Amino acid sequence: MAKLRQCAIYGKGGIGKSTTTQNLVAALAEQGHKVMIVGCDPKADSTRLILHAKAQNSIMQMASDAGSVEDLELEDVLKVGYKDIKCVESGGPEPGVGCAGRGVITAINFLEEEGAYTDDLDFVFYDVLGDVVCGGFAMPIRENKAQEIYIVCSGEMMAMYAANNIAKGIVKYANSGSVRLAGLICNSRQCAREDELIMELAARLGTTMIHFVPRDNVVQRAEIRRMTVIEYEPTAKQADEYRDLARKINENRNWVIPTPITMDELEDLLMEFGVMEEVDESIVGKTAAAEVAA
Amino acid sequence: MAAMTREETEALIQEVLEVYPEKAKKDRAKHLAVNDTSLEKANKCITSNRKSLPGVMTIRGCAYAGSKGVVWGPIKDMIHISHGPVGCGQYSRAGRRNYYVGTTGINTFGTMNFTSDFKENDIVFGGDKKLAKIMNEIEQLFPLNKGISVQSECPIGLIGDDIEAVSKKASKEIGKPVVPVRCEGFRGVSQSLGHHIANDAIRDWVLENRDGDDSFPTTPYDVAVIGDYNIGGDAWASRTLLEEMGLRVVAQWSGDGTIAEIEKTPKVKLNLIHCYRSMNYIARHMEEKYSIPWIEYNFFGPTKIAESLRKIAALFDEKIQAGAERVIARYTAEYEAVIAKFKPRLEGKRVMLYIGGLRPRHVIGAYEDLGMEVVGTGYEFGHNDDYDRTIKEMGNATLLYDDVTGYEFEEFVKRVQPDLIGSGVKEKYIFQKMGVPFRQMHSWDYSGPYHGYDGFAIFARDMDMTINNPCWKNIKAPWKTETAQNEAVKAVA
Repeated sequence: MAKLRQCAIYGKGGIGKSTTTQNLVAALAEQGHKVMIVGCDPKADSTRLILHAKAQNSIMQMASDAGSVEDLELEDVLKVGYKDIKCVESGGPEPGVGCAGRGVITAINFLEEEGAYTDDLDFVFYDVLGDVVCGGFAMPIRENKAQEIYIVCSGEMMAMYAANNIAKGIVKYANSGSVRLAGLICNSRQCAREDELIMELAARLGTTMIHFVPRDNVVQRAEIRRMTVIEYEPTAKQADEYRDLARKINENRNWVIPTPITMDELEDLLMEFGVMEEVDESIVGKTAAAEVAA
Repeated sequence: MAAMTREETEALIQEVLEVYPEKAKKDRAKHLAVNDTSLEKANKCITSNRKSLPGVMTIRGCAYAGSKGVVWGPIKDMIHISHGPVGCGQYSRAGRRNYYVGTTGINTFGTMNFTSDFKENDIVFGGDKKLAKIMNEIEQLFPLNKGISVQSECPIGLIGDDIEAVSKKASKEIGKPVVPVRCEGFRGVSQSLGHHIANDAIRDWVLENRDGDDSFPTTPYDVAVIGDYNIGGDAWASRTLLEEMGLRVVAQWSGDGTIAEIEKTPKVKLNLIHCYRSMNYIARHMEEKYSIPWIEYNFFGPTKIAESLRKIAALFDEKIQAGAERVIARYTAEYEAVIAKFKPRLEGKRVMLYIGGLRPRHVIGAYEDLGMEVVGTGYEFGHNDDYDRTIKEMGNATLLYDDVTGYEFEEFVKRVQPDLIGSGVKEKYIFQKMGVPFRQMHSWDYSGPYHGYDGFAIFARDMDMTINNPCWKNIKAPWKTETAQNEAVKAVA
């Protein structure tokens, strides 16, 4: 049996991390791999397409109901879905209260202590909240957790900013541990020259674009049914795209300490590809009224 | 041992600093000084209220300790919730010996521990709902409480709970003051910031409650005692003197104090400050907002007591001034007898102090009344204005040490060889094992009161029974005395 590979999926909020992760995991499972998904987002929507559920009961919610996390058993929180994919959601508070980061830490500690990381698993995927706002959301990439990070991004400016920032975060943990950047997954927004742009960004970060996932409405159709494309319409062209992604990730061994670029370098890159216009320094800080007057 | 010269004391400081690495040496050098009574401002010789260095065994507490433990905790008819995990409240419960009158658990709550007992779930999901529920339960279980304060422990500040909103809502519902205090332990460098935060909470949530309400009948002789925590009954021993001289003590802040007294304080004519460090903030605020003057006083030892009584009386009319003289005269025979009894046993004994708040300077006079000399002193969490007030109280070329480290304190003691050390419980057993008599001067070593004439008698007795305790003669193991060793050598031979 191969060694368990633990992967974390990061990326800007709303970029399609959860959808991509679940389709990818479904494809891996279809190819015969044993996979577990750990949702690390208080929204708890990282496993719904696998379980055909609205939102899985999360570890933290059940701990709260039961009294404390010590009162829970592994089988209470671990659900099995499509192709025996194991699903867990860390869960957390509603927006604006408490500490979601601590929820992730508590949940992952619980999974470790309860022996959720069994020998038969080939992959564990952590689907993490968009922004690594505090130490809690960096939990999945600390020592002995995920070693491979995949960043989901698109050719949009903010998605690339986020990708570069996440790369900066990885450097911090890479220098003290074994976590590595394993590649960018481009979830297309149908921007012009998007593939070239992401490949270029990947090169600058010292990694590669693992796969370019084109935009396809079948993803939404499947999602309405709370299913992955792989399960909903296995013959769809998009299903093959996810299978490709799964195969590439399975074969990928290109794990690097990323070389994040400076803001100026990133802006130059964006200007080169026409995503951003050159800033006219003379208009910075001028109000509309002032411009009219001038 | 004879008094050390300025050069010797300076050399001692240099010698002690020698063991530190460069950066620590540079930092600690600023906190150690030789007293120079000619200075007016302490910043010429000492730095204070700075972050402690890691690994130096500092005695300091945290902001929560300053607020819950010092300022708020003694307000006896309120319930103070230690909001967060159970430890902070439980390990600080009733440790400070703030005496009070009342039936604990019925109308007073001083020695009880109320806590929200945070668990993982409360951290993750926030504790506001739990806090609201606790307030509800408090009202049901302890209906005679006069208000609630929320003493924030560290996690509250980290997870962003809105204790202000919960408090406002609860206050409306139960019709009593509910005061949120943001005294998370990680704030500031010591408990000192906790005092300030607690003062500000009183200012913002309590002090204005009776503004515009003149139903409380006042007299020209109304005063408030600010910064007396009634440790071992200190405030009682002080209050009686003030009342005997004709003043009316409207409020005690906060030893044996009530929330009603706090609310009435803006009606007084003069604020009397004993512990300047922990409550000068509120005195300054009342001076600014209500034009109430404040003065500092010192009720340790007859010299300082008489000085203080006259200083206070000078701010009132002749009736009070005559009252002050009457009080001093009345107690003269009593304290003279104390001095006559104990001074011969304590004369010339040398003391080193390391305490908090007001004591590193305020108790010097009491020792001097007994013929003793304080040869070194320092503050755990003092600021420069504390040292300003200390320079003139101490002799020339004596040692001043701010936020002293375990190492420095031990080395100073080894060299200075004092006859008595007054410090905290962490220091107590180290120095006793070194064979040096020791008094725990935070809670008066389970004794007290030490304030007032009554307190002075107890103070003198305690110092005598500590220093002249026969145990110190037997501190060396019998087989380690010189005679025993010589005999052993002979026996072997």
